[in-house]
Amino acid sequence: MKLRVLAVRISRLIACSLVVVGCQKKTDDKVHITYWEKWTGVEGEAMQATVDAFNRSQDRIEVEYLAVSSADRKTLVATAGGDPPDVAGLYTYNIYSFADDAALTPLDVFIQRDGYTVDAWLGRYYPVYADMCSYRGTVWALPSTPAVTGLHWNKALFREAGLDPERPPQTLRELDEFAEKLTKRDPKTGELLQIGFLPQEPGWWTWAFPLWFDGQLMDGDRITAQTPENEASFDWVQSYSRKYGLDAIKSFTSGFGNFSSPQSAFFSGKVAMVLQGVWLNNFIRQYAPGLEYGVTGWPATPRGVKDFTIADSDVLAIPRGSKHPDEAWEFIKYVSSTNPKAQRREDLTGMELLCYLQEKNSPLKEWSPFFEQHHPHPHIDLFRALAASPHAASIPKIGIWEEYRREITNVFEGVRLLQSTPSAALDYCQARVEGSWTWHTTNLARRAAHDPNPAAKTTRP
Amino acid sequence: MTRRERQSFWNGIAFTAPWLIGLSVFTLYPVVASLYYSFCDYSVLQAPVWTGAENYTRLFRDDLFWLSLKNTLIFAALSIPFGTVVSLSLALLLNCEVKGTPLFRTIFYLPSIVPLVASSMLWLWIFNGSYGLLNFALNPILGLFGAKAPTWLTDPNWAKPALVMMGLWGVGNSMVIYLAGLQDVPKELYEAAEIDGATPWRQFWHVTLPMLSPVIYFNVIMGIIGSLQTFTQAFIMTGPDGPPARSTLFYALYLFTTAFYDLRMGYASAMAWILFIIIVILTVFATKWFEKRMHYGR
Repeated sequence: MKLRVLAVRISRLIACSLVVVGCQKKTDDKVHITYWEKWTGVEGEAMQATVDAFNRSQDRIEVEYLAVSSADRKTLVATAGGDPPDVAGLYTYNIYSFADDAALTPLDVFIQRDGYTVDAWLGRYYPVYADMCSYRGTVWALPSTPAVTGLHWNKALFREAGLDPERPPQTLRELDEFAEKLTKRDPKTGELLQIGFLPQEPGWWTWAFPLWFDGQLMDGDRITAQTPENEASFDWVQSYSRKYGLDAIKSFTSGFGNFSSPQSAFFSGKVAMVLQGVWLNNFIRQYAPGLEYGVTGWPATPRGVKDFTIADSDVLAIPRGSKHPDEAWEFIKYVSSTNPKAQRREDLTGMELLCYLQEKNSPLKEWSPFFEQHHPHPHIDLFRALAASPHAASIPKIGIWEEYRREITNVFEGVRLLQSTPSAALDYCQARVEGSWTWHTTNLARRAAHDPNPAAKTTRP
Repeated sequence: MTRRERQSFWNGIAFTAPWLIGLSVFTLYPVVASLYYSFCDYSVLQAPVWTGAENYTRLFRDDLFWLSLKNTLIFAALSIPFGTVVSLSLALLLNCEVKGTPLFRTIFYLPSIVPLVASSMLWLWIFNGSYGLLNFALNPILGLFGAKAPTWLTDPNWAKPALVMMGLWGVGNSMVIYLAGLQDVPKELYEAAEIDGATPWRQFWHVTLPMLSPVIYFNVIMGIIGSLQTFTQAFIMTGPDGPPARSTLFYALYLFTTAFYDLRMGYASAMAWILFIIIVILTVFATKWFEKRMHYGR
């Protein structure tokens, strides 16, 4: 008998303590909202400063910034469990798969409630950024910090190779020619000591090569992995393995250090030209101070398009089931705003504060005088021009992009390692992604028939 | 049941309740739910839609399913025999009575207590093609024959063997089990064998190995289960899509990407159940094979 009493008491104690923990409340009368974000380091500190500025700017809402690793997947699981963060920092491609599953709160309603039309709201952004945030006619997220990419070249190595250090390659053919001139081999062993350019360095945008060669990955609702242009781009990728020798490249690249280290290929002068993003300057200052480099757009495409670039952005969204969607919107709105008259560092707010601290370009068309003139990135004007380019490309807006991207990377790898021809690899990719796409659309239709209005579960303001 | 018995029965239930609840909430329910989801289109964000055997029929037509299964089986076929030979050899050596045996045992066991993530980071450096410790040692030797060591993790032919080699570093657990088994072998058997004029090799073959067979059986089963679920090393050292050229795309990796990147939880659940069935079948085969060869020393 005594034993049972003891057991009952222990379980009561456990239950009570759980209740107490669950009921702890904040003592002030502000609305506390949670914000999960992937950034740490310099970029995390910049976001934290922006959050602090928002918290100081008003006295109703307190945003709690939480750096979370794999924030997108944790947001997903938390949303499925019905207890998501109020604001989630996601990647662009998350928008499409999450929206397909009604996991995000549409932002149009908030925009309209604040007296804007959606077009006017999005019109403040450079088109490439505005476009990536809307999907199937709805705005699901807004940019936090954007990125755009360009060709970075090492001026010292250009000089050594007898090239004009102020004149980067203008076309693909020039890129290949310069690359050859910038390549050095050990005269005895023939081993590579330096290379002008390598498609796999850093190899983060394998899907960009087809677009750069005037190809396309989607045509409306159709998967178009296998096209002559796409094939040409992978022929070009393969030409590097053939020209410089696969084994030589393998042993040369195995000595490359991590991207964010002084041993990285570009910082250590092993690769003379790389396609990289606006953030590279941060890393150069940290790991290769004094590196003499220049930036330009991607060399012109085969058809002569001069201002091609790849743009991407981190985005802020309100997951379905957020407890405070209105307050979450207030914060997102703050991050999307600027002080157009800012003359001093202290005047910067919202988007410009964040992009100033992260040393990136602002996705908004209008830049304040201070942001424009005192931006810490020495080449920011170039990145601004690239972001404004009508040929700035971003990922296709489909819910299975993550899989498509993996398949394109697999094409890239197979071709680069001389395991398959571009044509065969793209055939495989086409068949596989097409199959997956059909399945995905079938599933969406089936889910819609099963639960006609999943968005009803989405929090509406 | 008397009143007293009933009472102590309920007392027992009350005391084991935390475990019973834990088991049913965190293990039984998910297992049953995953079986149900494996017959559904389920993205975790919306209610599951029953699709019958669709996930299973699709799987059998999925190249990556077969590729990842093949990669995993090759990995298991390499790592289980090598692991057994290495850990058994180490155990035999550490069973010798020399000075400082406890110290050597500790040293050889140490790698097993290093978390897999940490040892993966360490081995990333060991396998580095240019600056790695392994090639630093290998290249001068291979250089005599005009050959060069591979770049391991970036070479599609060598990435899997590299992961097998890394696994050998962590055989400490099975080594300790072998060691315990070795100490259980009755001394009189060795004495009898010696009187009969058996050489050390024949003693090993006719006394040690048969007496160890139950332990080997146990370790092989654990090896099958462990190696078919290989995930961490590949995820950290090469990446979720199993580069280079999908040579390290293991079954568990493909399952993870399907579930958490592609949001196909139903499909991934089906994969998990197929893996479960494969493990059961292999275990049954191993048990059958060992049945005839097992000696319990009774």
